[in-house]
Amino acid sequence: MDSDLIVQILFAAVKTGTPLLFIALGEVICEKSGILNLGQEGMMLMGAVVGFLAAYGTGSAGLGVLAAMIMGCIMSLIFAVLVLHLGANQVATGLALTIFGTGLSAFIGSGVVGQTIQGFQPIAIPLLSDIPFIGRILFSHDILVYTSFAMTFILMFVVYKTRIGLTLTAVGENPHAANAIGIKVLRVRYLAVMFGGVMAGISGAYMSLVYTPMWVENMTAGRGWIALALVVFASWRIGRIMLGAYLFGVASIMHLVLQGLGWSISPNLLAMLPYVATVIVMVIISADKFKEKLLAPRSLGKTFDPRQMA
Amino acid sequence: MIHIQARTEPSSLMKIASPLLAIALTLVFGCVLFSAIGKSPTQALHVLLIAPLADSYNIGEMFVKMGPLLLCAVGLSLCYRANLWNIGAEGQLLAGALGGSAMALYFGDSNSLFALPVTLLAGIVSGMLWAAIPTYLKLRFNSNLILTTIMFNYIGLYLLIWAVHGPLRDPQGFGFPESAMFADATLLPTLFESSRIHLGVAFAVISAFIAWFILSKSHLGFQIRVFGSDEPAAKYAGFSGKKLSWMVMLFAGALAGLAGVSETTGPIGQLVPNVSPGYGYSAIIVAYLGRLHPLGAILAAVFMAVLYMGGDLAQIEMGIPVAVVSMFQGVLLFFLLACDFFINNRLAFSNQATN
Amino acid sequence: MKLKSILVSLGLLAGASFVQADDPLKVGFVYVGPVGDLGWSYEHDRGRKGIEEYFGDKVKTTYVENVPEGADAERVITQLAKAGNDLIFTTSFGFMNPTVKVAKRFPNVKFEHATGYKLSKNLGTYVLRTYEGRYVSGVAAGMMTKTNTIGYIGSFPIPEVIRDINAAYMGAKSVNPDVKMKIVWANTWYDPGKETDAANALMDQGVDVMLQHTDSPAPLIAAEKRGLRAIGQASDQSKFAPNAHIFSVRDDWAPYYIKRVQAVMDGTWDSKDFWGGFHEDMLSLASINPNLPAAVRTKIDETYSAIKSGEFKPFTGPIKDNKGNIAVPANHSLTDVELAQVNWYVEGITDEIPR
Repeated sequence: MDSDLIVQILFAAVKTGTPLLFIALGEVICEKSGILNLGQEGMMLMGAVVGFLAAYGTGSAGLGVLAAMIMGCIMSLIFAVLVLHLGANQVATGLALTIFGTGLSAFIGSGVVGQTIQGFQPIAIPLLSDIPFIGRILFSHDILVYTSFAMTFILMFVVYKTRIGLTLTAVGENPHAANAIGIKVLRVRYLAVMFGGVMAGISGAYMSLVYTPMWVENMTAGRGWIALALVVFASWRIGRIMLGAYLFGVASIMHLVLQGLGWSISPNLLAMLPYVATVIVMVIISADKFKEKLLAPRSLGKTFDPRQMA
Repeated sequence: MIHIQARTEPSSLMKIASPLLAIALTLVFGCVLFSAIGKSPTQALHVLLIAPLADSYNIGEMFVKMGPLLLCAVGLSLCYRANLWNIGAEGQLLAGALGGSAMALYFGDSNSLFALPVTLLAGIVSGMLWAAIPTYLKLRFNSNLILTTIMFNYIGLYLLIWAVHGPLRDPQGFGFPESAMFADATLLPTLFESSRIHLGVAFAVISAFIAWFILSKSHLGFQIRVFGSDEPAAKYAGFSGKKLSWMVMLFAGALAGLAGVSETTGPIGQLVPNVSPGYGYSAIIVAYLGRLHPLGAILAAVFMAVLYMGGDLAQIEMGIPVAVVSMFQGVLLFFLLACDFFINNRLAFSNQATN
Repeated sequence: MKLKSILVSLGLLAGASFVQADDPLKVGFVYVGPVGDLGWSYEHDRGRKGIEEYFGDKVKTTYVENVPEGADAERVITQLAKAGNDLIFTTSFGFMNPTVKVAKRFPNVKFEHATGYKLSKNLGTYVLRTYEGRYVSGVAAGMMTKTNTIGYIGSFPIPEVIRDINAAYMGAKSVNPDVKMKIVWANTWYDPGKETDAANALMDQGVDVMLQHTDSPAPLIAAEKRGLRAIGQASDQSKFAPNAHIFSVRDDWAPYYIKRVQAVMDGTWDSKDFWGGFHEDMLSLASINPNLPAAVRTKIDETYSAIKSGEFKPFTGPIKDNKGNIAVPANHSLTDVELAQVNWYVEGITDEIPR
């Protein structure tokens, strides 16, 4: 395997990892607040179809992304109202959201199946893209990939260095204690869920505007679920999500590359790898008592009702 | 002013009224939705919700569809009662289908009386095994059960697909990813002539009653309920959380595994890549609709089965696209989940804002 | 109201048994994917619309999309039969055994199953000679490649796909003795993202003409982005890649569907294993790109005509497999039955078929 090929693989891994990165960044913020939203696939599909429709209608891919973000946010609000206000079970509500989103996206997208649009074009960043290896791998993408870089660093700053991050973590770890010191738990969770929706929307738009600029039913093909594994794999750390997204990216293209080189491997067993790796990572991080802060947010998946304080 | 007030105790009236309210709201939504796409709302609702029960064939098929949903949901209900967030019924079902099918193929054309029981047992054990791994990881390493069980759903799925493309593929099948058809000795008998209702459906209903008995009449059930409502108290009372987790998880795994092997040895009759159209996930919704009560799960499973069949019938009889049907189903579930709010809360009307 | 509607739905079913002469012929379709997949199910649905256009009021068609290839398939097919459909097309391999079972129970209904191999008195099968299109694709790719490396994305290693890989390679080899083919299995029929990844992985390794046996236009878009070439599959995909597109091998089910509907109307329908290709106009070369060199264009047309007229058959011996065995003896062209069982790579393909 020559170095050119390696560069190509890593370049492709960044592209493949980007939709995972977007949606996983949204999901990790959501989970950090203690909410598990299994509706990502539904939100992502809605983002993909609405993004495509808007871009198709207006001719502007930028407006497409904006529309996808708004749509993702609306979808997440359905979830938020049910779960946060009406105390519905998170897992069941998330699954219902995916059923709903899959149907709705197919319904509103049926008119544009087979249409094409001009998606985003790659922009090589001057100077940076001339760096050997790294330049090609990281700095010759489209604007959404750069947005995902920026998003990662902004979130790292916000979550680890600001009060907002502390509040978020406090709510996810112990909502009752957070409530007791005056944090508005539900408001924090609303915002976290909505952020998750917005990111799922962008992630969907990336699929329908950049990755394969078209709309077809169910085009996200389970990426929303993979993002869930990714968040665990990254043990809820934002920097690791980025790394993990690209690792998952490599994992999902590696067997294709190896086959092209003439290796014969069962594609099904390879497809299992990211999940097995995730379980192993989870065991490793949870086995070590000193790394307790790497565990899942303690209130994850549990309903919190401020009116029923113990 | 209208404001929300928590009830001091759950309203038993609303327990019955809330699903009815949800269905009423969905009917209103359905009327708007179907009118909007130019279909007769009354006919659409009739096809979606009543036609699946309108003749003996459809009722039989409803039971066939209900079986795996119920088996999985009963196990999940117990898990959730005990605060064990098992999302892994899908993987356990697939493991059961895989293990059971491997055994059925091992028996080949044998006429042995043991063929079917051993095949079913293999399915059950495989399901238990698939539940045991995440349970062990949780108890030993404190891993998050929701997430490990989801991972094992995927691992199970790919394992099954691998097997059906590889070792279990029908050698006479022209290379297509399907196993050979199972011999009669390993097929579940059907209960009635001219219907596909098979023994697995009976197992499902029986399992619901067994679970109900365990939950409400046995000491184990008492422990589950205490654990679910107040974990510290349960520990204080000296109940072993570990033992309880093992028992509940293995029970759930066994039922899901049975669901899987019943599908392959029942209506399908061979191992195919698509054994389950997501029964394990739908069963989560069924468990909640049934309010985590094993007998409630029976009603909820019937309801979900009707909904799925109605979706196909709506396409056949009225040409309503599947997309519209999933939207309708999603909204119905939203309303059902939302209306439960009124079990624990009520709207209060007053002139002054109070708190 | 409720009673009435039940009676109505029962009446509908009863009505099926005394169809009057001037009633439209009812034709049902079962699709494995959504009609909006722009690939396999989309093309079958175009075939269905073709029937409606051709026969107008004389037919009434119904389809059910997104039918899982598990226990549900048998129910959906049965319900189509019960709803009074006279002819039912089940359009995916996984529907084979369910179709066989339902056909047995409805001897007066005609069934046709795409891509399968089980026949009975009222169950026929139909297959596309997609390998004819692949051979021409191979010829075009062999002439267009500058790197002497063409890429092929496979879905699953079933005979149809392996046969087509061989055809494409033999086509390329016939015009370019130095040509190499790289094969990648995407393990899906349909996942635009994955297909993009596979296309990129191949093009990273020197492939400059892409062929694929998966359904989305994603590989063409990927080739267009890199300024390389690709060939469309199943539907006319030219607009996704105006420059890269060489031509699309378009499936057209309508001629067959129309013929079979007509046969049922005339009472001449019989069960058979039907293979259709260029000759029957079920395969065509759509939107041949004007930017191709004249010599390539001429060769494409020549090859197409030779196959269409039956003067040339791609699988004519002597052909060796890549292990050195004689796969097709001299002066023999593979029969349809033999074509259905191709499980070897032709000499010159350096890969192994995955197990």
